[in-house]
Amino acid sequence: MSTIVYITTNNGVGKSAFEAVTYAKKMGEEVIAVTVGNADSSLLAELGVYGASKVLVDRNANVDDDQQITRVIASAVETTNANKVVFSHDLIAKAVAPRLSVRLKAGLVAGAISLPSTEGDFSCKVNVFSGKAFGSVTVKTDKKIISLLPNSIQPEATSSACTVEDFNGNAGETRVKVLNTKKPEGDIPLPEAEVVVSAGRGLKGPENWGIIEDLAKVLGAATACSRPVADIGWRPHHEHVGQTGVAIRPNLYIAVGISGAIQHLAGVNGSKVMVVINTDAEAPFFKAADYGIVGDAFEVVPRLIESLKKFNASNN
Amino acid sequence: MKILVCISKSPDTTSKIAFTEGNTKFDENGVQYIVNPYDEWYALVRALELKETLGGNVTIITVGNAADEAIIRKALAIGADDAVRIDADPKDAYFTASQIAKYAKDNSFDIVLTGKETINYNGSQVAGMIAEELDMPFISLATKLDLNGTTATIEREVMGGVQVVEVNTPFVASCAKGMAEQRIPNMRGIMAARTKPLTVIPVTNNEEYTAYASYSMPEAKTACKMISPDNMDELVSLLHNEAKVI
Ligand SMILES: Cc1cc2nc3c(=O)[nH]c(=O)nc-3n(C[C@H](O)[C@H](O)[C@H](O)COP(=O)(O)OP(=O)(O)OC[C@H]3O[C@@H](n4cnc5c(N)ncnc54)[C@H](O)[C@@H]3O)c2cc1C
Ligand SMILES: Nc1ncnc2c1ncn2[C@@H]1O[C@H](COP(=O)(O)O)[C@@H](O)[C@H]1O
Repeated sequence: MSTIVYITTNNGVGKSAFEAVTYAKKMGEEVIAVTVGNADSSLLAELGVYGASKVLVDRNANVDDDQQITRVIASAVETTNANKVVFSHDLIAKAVAPRLSVRLKAGLVAGAISLPSTEGDFSCKVNVFSGKAFGSVTVKTDKKIISLLPNSIQPEATSSACTVEDFNGNAGETRVKVLNTKKPEGDIPLPEAEVVVSAGRGLKGPENWGIIEDLAKVLGAATACSRPVADIGWRPHHEHVGQTGVAIRPNLYIAVGISGAIQHLAGVNGSKVMVVINTDAEAPFFKAADYGIVGDAFEVVPRLIESLKKFNASNN
Repeated sequence: MKILVCISKSPDTTSKIAFTEGNTKFDENGVQYIVNPYDEWYALVRALELKETLGGNVTIITVGNAADEAIIRKALAIGADDAVRIDADPKDAYFTASQIAKYAKDNSFDIVLTGKETINYNGSQVAGMIAEELDMPFISLATKLDLNGTTATIEREVMGGVQVVEVNTPFVASCAKGMAEQRIPNMRGIMAARTKPLTVIPVTNNEEYTAYASYSMPEAKTACKMISPDNMDELVSLLHNEAKVI
């Protein structure tokens, strides 16, 4: 038996792909990576380092058509006799994995945060109720699909590059015509970022975001914001985190001038460590935080940037 | 234009989350259910706007038990024409999707809309499964949807950006923020909702692929460590030596 890992290459081949391959490898069977589109073969070969034995690429299928991607993965499952499929729980997986579940009659764990249990039923841990609790999902079907939440496992480089083979997955017709795609250049995708610096209405106006961007720069972090800040147009919508925005779980989340409303926490409380900077000692965010600073962002953040610069200098 | 909107319930975000029966069941005691916000604010309201400009009919469907009729009446009060309740506790995403897909197949809709996800289990599974059952294209996370004849132009969220796609009816789309603005039902809507048709139908397929075996609560957070705003060196040192995140 083998395990297929579908690799989303729309933003390159990166950390979340390495996580998914590492995860599949830890399940113990041969790992075969599958992808569509025109990703560079030398990038794909890197998947071998994390445990893939080969990469199958269908260069004729459309990277944005979930119906075509589903057909390609289903044929790969058939030709390789796989009984498990792993995704990284990104926007492509959220559309493709449910389709594949129906097509293969395979139960899906959406947003797994743990490896499957090794004893008893096949089950994985997931977040439920906006991260306020965990659930254990048991898959009852023979074939199984797991969509792994980013930052749930450390990629482990254990082997060397693998072969990349062309694969005809019978993608079939495409019924979705892409007119255009707008992507910001060079940003770290928020769900993949290990450190996120986020700010809210406490910053008073978009012209004050310089200190947040500077802080993000010294930390190599992505930037995020609270919902009202995106709603009034101070920051782009893709930065909005929370229940109605992006859910993230970085190693470090620094929240500046954000009150910590329950709907905001819903998207960030999976973070390993949270630092809160707020003038109001009673702000609800302090109850969820690991480290708190009661103070004015306009004084504290520049000081923090200076301290980090000193730290970076002495650690290089 | 015949539009089917999938409506689910979700606990009000301020609800206390607890479990009973040896942590195998969600404790519904004192939980206030609302219409899942994505279903109500975005999917339903956009469906109504399309109907208002193009004519047609908006049907809402939910897989749920009799207690869920409260959320159905709310959706009817906002303006849906009629409602279907498939009489069962939704067991898992596949169970839910297969009932809805069967109904949609038998009653041929031009568009099937869902919310982006339910905020209780956050699966984002049901819409894609319906689309596969119906062999229809699925546009996930739509933030804008316009129709010209049978061709829809849809903006959707893609990783780190926005994409514009064109697709022909019939199709399935899941709706995210941007599609429409929340509507508050008025008195006339609430009165009219009482007499709008609500059909209850039995389940057609009992298969389920997955099950929630148990639940657990996160470990209690240790108290927040307060650091003087004048001492950012200390914060940096704690993040490095204690938390080990930088
Ligand atoms: C259904 C629903 C869904 C929602 N979804 C989301 C979501 O996904 N994400 C989200 O973020 N919100 C969401 N919200 C909104 C949420 O309830 C809060 O209103 C929002 O998070 C508050 O944003 P904020 O903390 O930036 O602003 P505020 O609540 O105005 O807080 C500003 C904070 O800044 C502090 N402050 C002021 N000046 C300074 C200073 N100089 N230095 C430091 N601190 C300062 C203040 O003490 C205050 O705590 C949702 C609401 C609803 C009803
Ligand atoms: N029990 C249900 N009845 C009707 N529609 C549902 C049900 N559960 C989920 N849906 C729809 O499917 C969407 C995605 O749900 P989920 O896959 O649970 O995240 C929701 O926003 C609803 O539109």
